[in-house]
Amino acid sequence: MKTRGLKLAQQRDRTDQRAELLLGALASAVLLLIAFMIVFVFAKAWPSFAHNGLAWFGPGGNVNVQLEEIFASPGDPAAYNYTLHAWPLLYATALITGCAVALATIVSMLSAMFVVEFAPAWIASVLQPVIRLLAAVPSVIYGLIGILVLVPFFGNHVISSDQKESVQFVIQLDGSSILVGILVLTVMITPIMVAITVDALRSVPRNWTEGAAALGVNRFRALRTVGLRAARPAIVAAAILATARALGEAIMLSMVAGSVAFAPNPLDGVTFFFEPAKTFASSIVDGAEGLSVEPFGQTMYAFAAVLLISSAFLSFAGWYARRAMRKYTLAPR
Amino acid sequence: MSTHAQTGRPMGLYARLRGGDSWSIGDRLGVAAAWGAGLLLCLIAAAIVLYMLVRGIQYLRLDEIFSHPVAGTDQSKNGGFLDPLEGTLLLTVIGTAIAAPVGVGIAVWLTEYGRPAALARAVESCIEIVAGTPSIVLAIFGLLVFQQGFFGFLSYEATPGVAFGRSFFTAGMVMSLIALPLIVGASREALHSIPRHVREASYALGKDRISTIRRVLLPASRRGIGTGVALGMGRIVGDTAIVVILLGASLQNDPEGSIPGLSLLQGTGSTLTTYVYNNSPVGEGGSPEKAYAAAFVLLLIVIGLNFAVDLITRGRGPSWTR
Repeated sequence: MKTRGLKLAQQRDRTDQRAELLLGALASAVLLLIAFMIVFVFAKAWPSFAHNGLAWFGPGGNVNVQLEEIFASPGDPAAYNYTLHAWPLLYATALITGCAVALATIVSMLSAMFVVEFAPAWIASVLQPVIRLLAAVPSVIYGLIGILVLVPFFGNHVISSDQKESVQFVIQLDGSSILVGILVLTVMITPIMVAITVDALRSVPRNWTEGAAALGVNRFRALRTVGLRAARPAIVAAAILATARALGEAIMLSMVAGSVAFAPNPLDGVTFFFEPAKTFASSIVDGAEGLSVEPFGQTMYAFAAVLLISSAFLSFAGWYARRAMRKYTLAPR
Repeated sequence: MSTHAQTGRPMGLYARLRGGDSWSIGDRLGVAAAWGAGLLLCLIAAAIVLYMLVRGIQYLRLDEIFSHPVAGTDQSKNGGFLDPLEGTLLLTVIGTAIAAPVGVGIAVWLTEYGRPAALARAVESCIEIVAGTPSIVLAIFGLLVFQQGFFGFLSYEATPGVAFGRSFFTAGMVMSLIALPLIVGASREALHSIPRHVREASYALGKDRISTIRRVLLPASRRGIGTGVALGMGRIVGDTAIVVILLGASLQNDPEGSIPGLSLLQGTGSTLTTYVYNNSPVGEGGSPEKAYAAAFVLLLIVIGLNFAVDLITRGRGPSWTR
């Protein structure tokens, strides 16, 4: 009897161990996947980087023309054309992402403060589904509204003909511009940031802000100096998450930002914001048809490699920010 | 001149610089800006929904939902979007069918086993990296993988040894990747919220860990898992980049091969998102009315999924979550 019980127990242990192994293998598959992804994408992208060296990231020539030449390179692998100076794409990606995240950070902090402290209960309860909805609307719908409503509006009513003439020998201004791209992108990433910031502000211990109020500080100032400061790591984490999302936004930007590889010139003043641009992600979407053309496909994978490294770096930065700041403030889990 | 309320003495320099207990202009502006930002979000959401509603009612005809798309730029003759609608449903089913079990499995392993700890941490950060990777990058990585001749059975071999790589199967697999982090996250949170004593009670009854997980923990975290799955489905429904790259975004669903059912899954097709994309002014279709109608249907699906999340989270949970 005794041995049988022992056997049963051992058997049960074995099923448990087997389950642990199975689930562990499943989880480790994700590790393998990431390793594969980095290796595969970089191996495919290598020729593009190798042929251009650091000049790949530099300015020079017209990227649209360069991409066309790469696409039209001869069939002989030895004669493949890889020449590319991707600075306009890099610049546009950084510019659009940076501006959208900066704008979204301000808007999301203000509206999170509104939700937590100032909004009447019924508005706060309306805002929650509103934020969820804005976060859930597919990017192609944002793109559709952008290209059919905002772009014609900017093209016909906001951009004056003087502005169009001032740059007509360089680029055509038809409304699809970095400004529309930034505005729509801001609407797309703000909801994520609001959700995280609201959670963080709500988890600030009540007596901290009460302490501030007891020192004679008004509600706004208490929230700003105590609440927002305590929630800083969460805001940083939210901004990083939003940056990752903005960086990878391909469809919407390829619809509204003009899809012309062009580096908007800040010296043009206000016109700067009306100039079109193209990011790495939208270049890949635009080049989807040509992926099977070897050198062109490899160039597209080079774009993907840059995006992959940036987003991996962003996840690492987010993790580090949370870890470093968890010690002395509130941090998201 | 502001004075201190109790003593009537003029406020000290420090208090005046800080604004004291009064509302300085900056504070008032700040509150106004907070109101403005909050109302702006409401306004934008209302504008999007109302605009799409108006356009949807204006352009959506019932027969569009039940007729196949036809090539052509004449908006009265280029058919409906039955195929894209089917494509969306099919991809969502495939993606969720893969992502849900895998995601729940990973979440269970992370919360209940998680040994060795270093491996668990690595898996955690990898899930985060998957969540942060743009879907367009996942898409062309998927294309690279599935074009290996080895995976020819998932699409078809264009030339011997080189697979075409574009099919419902391959697109669905990559779609499962974008749903995975959401499902893992929601399931983990649900498992974490189950108190320790529930597990201990089960062990005390002589159950081992895996049966505790199956009989106690998973049923108790149904709600969280459901939320994660619904969020993941929303992601899949709304994604365009993966469909453009991996499903071919063809006008009609093109079955590949001769076995009914399987041939559809091995063939290319499109979804509502790519239908909208291709019929917008950037695509070759150029039928904005059709794009509006399809976008309206897409928005309805997304709002429906959102509503499902609401229903799931609002219902009554097990006693310890109340």
